[in-house]
Amino acid sequence: MPRDEKGVYRLIKSVEPESSGPLALSVRNLTVALPKGMDRIHAVENISFDLERSKILCIIGESGSGKSVSANAIMGLLPKALRVTSGTIELDGIDVTDIPPAKLRDLRGRVVSMIFQDPLSALNPLMTVGAQVEEVMAAHNVGSPQSRRDRALALLTEVGLPDPEVMYHQYPFRLSGGQRQRVMIAMALALEPTILIADEPTTALDVTTQAQILELIREIQRRKGMSVMFITHDFGVVAQIADDVVVMEKGHIVERGTAQDVLESPKHPYTRQLIAAIPRLRYEDRDTPEATSETSRLLQVEGLMKTYRTARGLFQRQRVVKAVNDVSFELAHGRTLGIVGESGSGKSSLGRVLIKLLDNDGGAILFEGRDIAALSEREFRPLRAQVQMIFQDPFASLNPRATIGHSLTVGPIAHGMSRDAARTDAMALLEHVGLDPGAYDRYPHEFSGGQRQRVGIARALMFKPKLLIADEAVSALDVSIQAQILQLLDQIQRETGVAMIFITHDLRVASQICDEIAVMQKGRIVEHGPPSHIFMAPQADYTRELVAAIPGRRAGQAEAAQTGAKQ
Amino acid sequence: MTAVAANPGQGRWWRNRAVRRFANHRLALLGFTMISLLTITCFIGPYFLPHDPLYIDLSVRFTPPLVDGYYFGTDPLGRDIAARLLMAGSVSLLVAFSAMLMSIMLGTLVGLIAGYRGGWVGAVLMRTVDGFLAFPSIFLLLALAAALKPTPMMVTIIIAITGWMEVARIVEAEVRSLREREFVQAGRMLGLSGAHIMFREILPNAMGPIIVAATLTVARAILLEAYISFLGYGIQPPLPSWGNMLGGAQQYLASAPWLAIIPGLAITIAVTSFNFVGDGLRDALDVRDDRL
Repeated sequence: MPRDEKGVYRLIKSVEPESSGPLALSVRNLTVALPKGMDRIHAVENISFDLERSKILCIIGESGSGKSVSANAIMGLLPKALRVTSGTIELDGIDVTDIPPAKLRDLRGRVVSMIFQDPLSALNPLMTVGAQVEEVMAAHNVGSPQSRRDRALALLTEVGLPDPEVMYHQYPFRLSGGQRQRVMIAMALALEPTILIADEPTTALDVTTQAQILELIREIQRRKGMSVMFITHDFGVVAQIADDVVVMEKGHIVERGTAQDVLESPKHPYTRQLIAAIPRLRYEDRDTPEATSETSRLLQVEGLMKTYRTARGLFQRQRVVKAVNDVSFELAHGRTLGIVGESGSGKSSLGRVLIKLLDNDGGAILFEGRDIAALSEREFRPLRAQVQMIFQDPFASLNPRATIGHSLTVGPIAHGMSRDAARTDAMALLEHVGLDPGAYDRYPHEFSGGQRQRVGIARALMFKPKLLIADEAVSALDVSIQAQILQLLDQIQRETGVAMIFITHDLRVASQICDEIAVMQKGRIVEHGPPSHIFMAPQADYTRELVAAIPGRRAGQAEAAQTGAKQ
Repeated sequence: MTAVAANPGQGRWWRNRAVRRFANHRLALLGFTMISLLTITCFIGPYFLPHDPLYIDLSVRFTPPLVDGYYFGTDPLGRDIAARLLMAGSVSLLVAFSAMLMSIMLGTLVGLIAGYRGGWVGAVLMRTVDGFLAFPSIFLLLALAAALKPTPMMVTIIIAITGWMEVARIVEAEVRSLREREFVQAGRMLGLSGAHIMFREILPNAMGPIIVAATLTVARAILLEAYISFLGYGIQPPLPSWGNMLGGAQQYLASAPWLAIIPGLAITIAVTSFNFVGDGLRDALDVRDDRL
């Protein structure tokens, strides 16, 4: 792939002469110790890798693999509890493992800089965007106030923010997630660093925004000849952006190589497992029995509305947001309807209105022919057993102060089941969802995210519901766990004939499990149909945009990495 | 950070961690030791002292400390100050603890309902809290104490009435954020009643701040009791309390300073100890702080 020569587009001359050598970053035998009482002794153990000049190195691994710790060790930003016990980190030829803090601070921003996962918490909410970009330069005594201002404007233009003059004076809360991430990138680029470390910079963003940010990073990297270390958990992203890949598992590097080699012919079983677990778009429809007769209709939603109103202040106009705007659909027994959309599309509000955690403002929800939208909380309570939900965050959806057993049985007991019967059922269900029945007496914090999500599923199944609403049920999980949970849900549906509404932002996941898909945008359903239609022949512009933005759509194919890079 | 995961199967780590953090807090540990010692001596000590706290012996008036087996000397009526101090301590601590329990219960109940229900119920309850806070508490305290018959029970209730609002505010804020957590939504999804969700699901998760508030409320209650007893509206002689011992010592400040110094020190030690413990608990129970 042709690359621009290094230094051609540099706007500021570097203060120090650059050290030569082919490696921008070299990590040798790095070991970082974890505090006592954690599940292993080292966060990363004896890892070595190199970042070549003007290349993008992707470090991929699941949560707990030590990839973020490596990045923070390089930046010298490890939390106090973690310590580098051995090894060297050479940034541009300078060993940073034991240099004085003042020296390290000078290197940060100038030689190496970092973009974080959550752009909202990484930006100072009380400073304008322009001031924050300038601050980076001021901290390193670069330029005069006037030149810093010009430079900040140039940077904001460079990262593709619309109307940089206006943007310059904005506060972060006025910007969208993607725009904030662009500001972060502008800050990281302010001093023309040799190395850019990006720690999951697109994970918190919607797919369409993710695609844009990836493209921006790729483009800037190529234009400036920067070296980028890109941390991710998503092989789709790797396929799109990486030159080289390092695969990490539990603090060790298990495989490394060029992106093409690793994606096409993974050697290590863990890599193979990861690649196999990538949710892929499935273009053919699911083979569940077609809903035929009128009698099998379970749920019928007609013209459903949910409006949020902000309180009317003394000087403010009331703001009205139509989160769910005239939504209608039907669902039959044993079928799955996927509801996809980006953040703010109203899909979660829809889920919560359906289960009456939120009240609707109009329309009807006919559950087995009865309008549950009109029922009061008290009237609906006996029916709650029929409609259950699986929540997004397995860490927040279980009461941390209650045992798993309590969480599972409290509902049925409140509905009049005997304690013993509930216990027997709970034990059986725990086993069914793939957990040890011994989990019954333990607390949520003793389990991993995937295990907790299994508990969440078991809880929803305790009542043998007719309708299950899964709200981003696999979004917080690692890909390999994601695949297992999807399989479990599929298996449960085939066994019990429960109908499911599967809410997700990930089209790939939706294509795996749904019989029908409804695409939501700004509270409305813009397209509705079987996955084959949605993905093969999307009608609405928005759907087309969504489908096009799916990262690494053809991950694993040789052309993918190439075309992805050329685009 | 993605790489730091809790050890599975390590038992109740939050307990261990909280205990460990508390143990690392030196002042808190000191406070805890002082409180334990104080409580034990106040309730068991009198049985080991040679003199009765109420026994009047005018022949030994104003005996200075450490003379004739009077460890802390005697008062103007020749009563043993050591015995009186310990008895007063048991009265003061009992009043303070009972007042704390009452204000915690009332405050938690109000805060829980206001936080969980929200809407107009919450508004009415919290504006009531604001109303109570609007009274200058010392005047309220004195007015009530002057109007009512000052038995220890009454003093306790009066102190509780002026102290529950802070607790209600803390609990309300905590519950309002817990209410939005998914496990509470899950409770609603399971069809649990509001009371069940409030008391069985939310309350255990709000215990940290409540415990901290409880400790600080005890310290405050000890001070308030001393306050009103000092002014003569609280615990009435001959029953001693730290406050009325101080009050009785006023006129002899020049001739017999130990009369004031000794109960004064007792109050200071008790109040600072409870405050230290409160600070230590706050640090230990604060999950947002990720120091290990």
